[in-house]
Amino acid sequence: MKLLKSSAVLLALVWLSGCTNPLATKESEADLQSGEVAVEDRNAESSGIAGENAMGADLGDGAEAQVIVGEDAFQGNELDDPASPLSNRIVYFEYDSSSVRAEDQQTLAAHATYLSDNTNVTIRLEGHTDERGSREYNLALGERRALAIRQILMLHGASINQFEVVSFGEERLAVEGSDDAAGLQNRRVELIYVGR
Amino acid sequence: MIKSWLMALSLLITLLPWQAHALLTIEITGGSEAALPIAVVPFGNEGFAAPEDISEVIRNDLASSGRFAPLPKGDLISSPHDKSEINFKDWRLLRSEGLLVGKVSSVDGETYQVQFQLFDVYKSQQLIGKRYQVPASGLRRLAHQISDLIYQTLTGEVGVFSTRLAFVSVVNTPAGQKRYALQVSDADGANPRSVLQSKQPILSPSWSPDGERLSYVSFENGKAEVFVQEMRSGRRDSVAAFKGLNSAPSWSPDGKKLALTLSKAGNPEIYVLELASGKLSRVTHNSQAIDTEAVWMPNGRELLFTSDRGGRPQIYKVSADGGRASRVTFEGRYNASADISADGRFMTMVHGLNGKYYIAVQDLDSGAVQVLTETGQDESPSFAPNSRNILYATEQNGKGILAAVSVDGRIHQRLGESGSDVREPAWSPIRK
Repeated sequence: MKLLKSSAVLLALVWLSGCTNPLATKESEADLQSGEVAVEDRNAESSGIAGENAMGADLGDGAEAQVIVGEDAFQGNELDDPASPLSNRIVYFEYDSSSVRAEDQQTLAAHATYLSDNTNVTIRLEGHTDERGSREYNLALGERRALAIRQILMLHGASINQFEVVSFGEERLAVEGSDDAAGLQNRRVELIYVGR
Repeated sequence: MIKSWLMALSLLITLLPWQAHALLTIEITGGSEAALPIAVVPFGNEGFAAPEDISEVIRNDLASSGRFAPLPKGDLISSPHDKSEINFKDWRLLRSEGLLVGKVSSVDGETYQVQFQLFDVYKSQQLIGKRYQVPASGLRRLAHQISDLIYQTLTGEVGVFSTRLAFVSVVNTPAGQKRYALQVSDADGANPRSVLQSKQPILSPSWSPDGERLSYVSFENGKAEVFVQEMRSGRRDSVAAFKGLNSAPSWSPDGKKLALTLSKAGNPEIYVLELASGKLSRVTHNSQAIDTEAVWMPNGRELLFTSDRGGRPQIYKVSADGGRASRVTFEGRYNASADISADGRFMTMVHGLNGKYYIAVQDLDSGAVQVLTETGQDESPSFAPNSRNILYATEQNGKGILAAVSVDGRIHQRLGESGSDVREPAWSPIRK
């Protein structure tokens, strides 16, 4: 009962802060046009307000977890568990390639599962390249990498409106330099849970 | 006569003075083309001293082109300021082909009268002479215009000393952040001024054919979007901010359209945007490949662009109305960032070889490719409007600098230390 009460308060808070009720989202998903919540959701995707959606959901989960103490397993949002494959938020690429390596498939499957379980969560995929070659071509290559990740996540159950895709090409290097070691660190897609 | 043209350019390296107020300085780093010996006599001065040393600016311009070898100042036997004071025999002894003399006199504190005369020493004949009246602030620009006239008179080609360069500079703040600036300088790198500053990346500046506007990509809204900015007023408009990439703007020769890369349909494709109407037409339709970096052929009907539709980035040609694209580059596994000379004869591009990137030039008729640079970190080639030189970005001591190379690969120039990383150069059209 206590738990229910605090959940209700939380839901109210979430509502006040202009966020989507995660439960309501699920229900109204079938008819995106009519529900007020769903409309908000759509705006969120294009305007970047989506961050608050994700935060709302996390607040809920986190608060419930705080009530329960003394368990062995990690308590809290899966995203905060350093042992979870979800803690891997960077996928690296070979030179001039947008193919995802076998070892990253498991990580991506975990992210996809999380996204399909939490349909109100939005993720931003930031594509990056190393500094070699044409800046404009690299801008396109960064986008292609981000889209390759999106495709895999969608194949595993995430929905297209859970994504923001942006490419920075070679404009935001993780490591300065044009040698092979720097290149390995720079050719990447960063998975950023919006609002976290 | 021909013999007297032969003068090792290496000599120039020690003779070239550094320009005091140029943040970027041109320096000739190599080249073996015969340079024409010319005597540039310091101009006479009457009245108030001029704030610019006009003859010195001209001397630097001519030397930096690599096509002239100005005589060392110590070798000038006399200081004539007009024809009556010239003894041509003396100048023949010095094996100088050309002789430039002139005068600067103040009309009042703000206005100056400048006159110059260029002589053929062997024929004892005036080739060209002019007189101007300009405000003090116009002296430097006038000096570059006189350099253009001298260059054109002696080489038969258009001079580009009074053109401008656009480029992007990046400075690291003490707090570890980056500050980007879109800058415009004189063609010799002097007078760099910021036309846009941002905390987010700026890239791919492209000049309108009249030199009045720049289009570029800015990340100021969190992703790549295309803007057009008027140089005089500073007014700027977002012209492409669709979902996905908005990048690689290139101005059509008639100034009415921009070729762009947009990925709003899910994949980077080439589009043409009519600026007045906002009408957008799609040029490429290859949903598997990256199509980007379109540039207009001088005929205004065709585009060259980079595509990896064949597996690796190569340059292709397509009608601006769309249709089938044909491949243009066949040498090497990586060719990108094409630019075309105004005369339509040459294409320059980034040419990848074993993980290194060089500036190359391809004869568009014969298809012959020549690699022009050596450092292996060269990108963003941009033709000078006289089709003779190619400006590009490279690295020195881990820092981005600008350099130029003649289309025949014989004259190399470096626009030196500026304190910031510089990149993404674009050479302006000739000012009308």
